[in-house]
Amino acid sequence: MSVIVYLENWEGKFKKNTFEAAQYAAKTAEMMGTEAIGVTFGDISDDASVIGKYGLSKVINLKGGDFTEFNNYKVAAALKDVASQNGGDTYIISGTFNGKAVAPVLAIQTEAGLITNVIDMPSSTSPLTVKRSVFSSKGLVSYSTDVANRIVVFIPNSVGVTEGEGSAEMSEGSVSVGDVPQSNVTDVDRVKGKIPLPEAERVVSGGRGMKGPENWGMIEELAEVLDAGTACSKPVSDMGWRPHTEHVGQTGIAINPDLYIAIGISGAIQHLAGVSNSKTIVAINNDAEAPFFKAADYGIVGDAFDVVPKLTEAIKKFKAEN
Amino acid sequence: MKVLVCISHVPDTTSKINFTSDNKEFDKAGVQFVINPYDEFGLTRAIWLQEKQGATVTVLNVGRAETEPTLRKALAIGANDAIRIDADPTDGYFVAQQIAAVAKENNYDLIIAGRESIDYNGGQVPGMLAAMLNIPFINACMGLEIEGDKASLIREIDGGKEKISASLPLVVGGQKGLVEEKDLKIPNMRGIMSARTKPLAVRPAVDADHKTSVGSFEKPAPKSAVKMIDADNVEELVSLLHNEAKVI
Repeated sequence: MSVIVYLENWEGKFKKNTFEAAQYAAKTAEMMGTEAIGVTFGDISDDASVIGKYGLSKVINLKGGDFTEFNNYKVAAALKDVASQNGGDTYIISGTFNGKAVAPVLAIQTEAGLITNVIDMPSSTSPLTVKRSVFSSKGLVSYSTDVANRIVVFIPNSVGVTEGEGSAEMSEGSVSVGDVPQSNVTDVDRVKGKIPLPEAERVVSGGRGMKGPENWGMIEELAEVLDAGTACSKPVSDMGWRPHTEHVGQTGIAINPDLYIAIGISGAIQHLAGVSNSKTIVAINNDAEAPFFKAADYGIVGDAFDVVPKLTEAIKKFKAEN
Repeated sequence: MKVLVCISHVPDTTSKINFTSDNKEFDKAGVQFVINPYDEFGLTRAIWLQEKQGATVTVLNVGRAETEPTLRKALAIGANDAIRIDADPTDGYFVAQQIAAVAKENNYDLIIAGRESIDYNGGQVPGMLAAMLNIPFINACMGLEIEGDKASLIREIDGGKEKISASLPLVVGGQKGLVEEKDLKIPNMRGIMSARTKPLAVRPAVDADHKTSVGSFEKPAPKSAVKMIDADNVEELVSLLHNEAKVI
């Protein structure tokens, strides 16, 4: 047995959730008394040895025409092949959009027990038992699987990373992906210079209290000084003030950053469902009765147009002094 | 063109979530059930294919008789017929096998499910189903156009989106963007009347196993009381975020 981990890269670069996956796999392997092997695809421009700081010593790089663009079937087939070459029976995948596209396909190809939406390290590896979030963060439940192969998909930013010592060796591998269903990526459109929400450690979010899309400048400025991603409530995305991809909540993206600052968002139960796993929540609202104050760690009753610029300045000052 | 839309029967988004006293099950008492919001976008998109491109739309749920009002609502919105597979949806693998059995018989050109259901949030069924049928799976799909046997799709990715082309048949894990919120179809009186007489077939489950089992439910730990900070003293917030919460 061994642990196989999908180490996603974005145009050759690793991100925090790559390291989180590496560490999750290394710790799981330690519990099982075995080794963890990372698999990454395409040309890597980052120094792969850094993966070693998160507990992996071995990374296999798969290149070639099959992996120049993302295809979930090809990635799944490759992970399966690496596992069969290395006695892998446990797969660790970060729940990114790509991770979520790969995992269920891999589960069928390997006849594995698949547990998704996981928020913690396994409490046992035999049978594999992990805690997962259900009912859009309104509940938690332990799941277990006792079949030979198993796949854990954890929610990005839910277990965190701690940098340690170590260096990983990356080698080129070869796999056979066989005949898989065809789909072709014809265009990739990534928003430049913005932090994607699922991986953001800090998020600044605006609601209807912002009164209109023309007022988002102050949200973006606060986000910039905090090195944060920007988000919005459902009504804001429905009215077209902000793109869908910024909608956090029950039917948008569920996030769990270290810091979530909600500005002019009342705190409807559907919104809270998607953000309540944030480690620290700040609510800024001019209505002292806004339900968000019940879910927040810190609250300010006040006019966003007055409070937010002041907060941005205060953080700038703090950063300059520290 | 034959379209299958998979419908999950889930608690309304405003529901308070409670578990039975032994924490073994979700407590359904007093809970209003609805079509899974992610499935609603796919259902409306399918009805547009019916209206504009002559598709027939079948809706399907794996569940007990209690889910039939949800299927009737989907019929009222415009689906041609419905299938209920009479079984408890125990895990993603079990449900995917049930749907695959129906799909293999009926050769759908397009299968649309929500990218996840808002109850168990697994996001497993559409991808498993595609893999069982060995056809493409496009998850987090926010745009879909069909021309002949070709589909062009838009898929959300981390920090952006990508365009994909693929041939039918395929499986989509849908979300907002397939249609916009304002375009979601709601049943009108004529739809509700005609839904009563549209076919709703009940099929027994096929033999299938499950690969995961559920342990004990719990509610997240309650938050400690909020600390209120004066609007004229934002420096105090900055200090708390640094010294107490340690997030900046």
